[in-house]
Amino acid sequence: MSITDRQSAPGVGADRRPARAADRWYAWVGIGRAIYFVGVAASLFCLLVPLVLVMWLSVFESEIPAIPPSGYTFGWYGKALANKQFTGGASLSFEVALLATLVGLGISIPASLALHRRRVPFSGAIVQFLMSPMILPAIVIGAGLYVALIRLEIATGLPLVGSTMGLGAGHVLLTIPWCLRLLLANICGVNRTIEEAAASLGAKPFAVLGKVTLPLMWPGVVAAALFSFVVSFGNLEISLFLVAPGQITLPIAILQYLEWRIDPSVAAISVLQILLITAGLLLTDRFVPLTKVV
Amino acid sequence: MSRVTIHSLSKYYGTSAVLDGFELEINQGELVVFLGPSGCGKTTTLRLIAGFITPSSGRILVGERDITHVPAYDRNIGVVFQNYALFPHLSVFENVAFGLRRRKRSETEIRQKVEKALDMVAMGHLANRMPRELSGGQQQRVAIARAVVIEPDVLLLDEPLSNLDAKLRLSIRQEIRRLQKSLGITTILVTHDQEEAMSIADRLVVMKDGEIQQIGPPQRVYAEPANTFVADFIGGANFLTGRVIDNKFQTANGLILAAAHLPPDCRSVVIRPERIKITSHHGSLDNAITARIANETFLGSGRIFDVRLQGGDTLSVYVGAGEDGQPSPGHDDVVLHIPAKDVVGIRDATARAEP
Repeated sequence: MSITDRQSAPGVGADRRPARAADRWYAWVGIGRAIYFVGVAASLFCLLVPLVLVMWLSVFESEIPAIPPSGYTFGWYGKALANKQFTGGASLSFEVALLATLVGLGISIPASLALHRRRVPFSGAIVQFLMSPMILPAIVIGAGLYVALIRLEIATGLPLVGSTMGLGAGHVLLTIPWCLRLLLANICGVNRTIEEAAASLGAKPFAVLGKVTLPLMWPGVVAAALFSFVVSFGNLEISLFLVAPGQITLPIAILQYLEWRIDPSVAAISVLQILLITAGLLLTDRFVPLTKVV
Repeated sequence: MSRVTIHSLSKYYGTSAVLDGFELEINQGELVVFLGPSGCGKTTTLRLIAGFITPSSGRILVGERDITHVPAYDRNIGVVFQNYALFPHLSVFENVAFGLRRRKRSETEIRQKVEKALDMVAMGHLANRMPRELSGGQQQRVAIARAVVIEPDVLLLDEPLSNLDAKLRLSIRQEIRRLQKSLGITTILVTHDQEEAMSIADRLVVMKDGEIQQIGPPQRVYAEPANTFVADFIGGANFLTGRVIDNKFQTANGLILAAAHLPPDCRSVVIRPERIKITSHHGSLDNAITARIANETFLGSGRIFDVRLQGGDTLSVYVGAGEDGQPSPGHDDVVLHIPAKDVVGIRDATARAEP
């Protein structure tokens, strides 16, 4: 066995193997790498295919999708944007998602600060409680909220069922777990001694929070807002129970449309939604690098 | 810049005492080092003084002002941390300006003071950098500038050199000392490194298990350790146990040593390895003892010899590289010479020696 053979063998343990064993070792490494790349490629393919299909479908000319398509058109985008159900739904979804995100952050930021410091008794149990909407099926939450709101309305006489506030409150249940999880993960990276340093320099508790803790948590806040918004915007199950008659969110509008027709305008509105969220992500990335956020 | 008085300070977690009856007065402009192994309560004491935790009992005074229950942000005490604790989202300039901004100083005053403080630690040219762009030593310099720019009454340094490499540690240590002297600022430094402590301190406070073992200037603590813990923790030490007979010390193995300072009730003596001389002949010297060299360790600056005495006791002897008469291990007998003044009797109870 020559010196060059030995040097070419990978790893410390391998350099004392006979040349044939080293070759076999190489073969296994090669097979392993091939499996790995196939796995990665397959996952990416599975993730991206639906998106690509939707985009493709949105420019089909015929009303009944058929492959191969008879021709291509951008007409469905115009039809989708002209559809009052879609645009009205999108604006309500936007409103509710914004509300739910802001309220979710408003609750989760103080909660995560308090829970992280463990000054609160039963903090573990409280975290689990706040996380529970993530574990419960959304349809159960929706139905439960609906019944509860009716009871409340009967008891108090306030118009709760079918109000934007009621819908927003339901969506807050969706945003809190996301906000809390992301903020708690982020707050662990905020070194306690940095806050102590701020205090020793004369910063009162609120100044420490505003000048040090929150700026350091900022990537987490951005991530929490982003995920909350997307989760709320796309939610169907809770909204189904809580919308007012005649008032619908975008996912409901899409569902109702699909009950009667399957033309590519649904694909078109979905593509618009995807583009909007992508634009939002890219915009956020300019201020807070997304690789830092998640 | 003021005196610091700490009066019977204690901190309990549940029933276990992290700090018990800590009593100390620090003069204006003095640099005191809290020295001890991890878990001895030195950092707890520092955090109590900084106001990050509250004591179970006792009082802390800066000058005439009782700050025991004053929140950290109102204490006007500068703190330098082991991990630097710079604000990662602020530039070097803004890090140093942070304390002044909290004090609502004018923009011109802030600019002037920050620049002066950064120049003091030779960081003026990097004022616009972000902390992550600096090396560890540079970050610690900024942290020091940030702590002194607010003109604190007291400066606290919590293991400020532990995260730095050996060369840098030496130069920043000297820088801290120079800065502290030129500003005349009352300073407490916490460390577990006895060499660092001795080189920088006006006075040492040696601690163990939440209690003070000895307080005194480094030379004094080294030469006259109050107990075996102090003797062992600070520098290398040989211990011999036995008892005092006729103003001489008799070891358990029957060796009799003349000693200059020997409390009558002492049960052990300490002899520093570098105080023992190895010669080849008995002279008219005190404590000339026949011994045999068992082992030798080369240290660069000198050698450590493990020698076995006739009675069975063993001692470590340090011989500097430049010194005469370098013996070698073997079967030949050598003669140890231990000056009587360097045989220091110690009582093995916690003793407090004020200077």
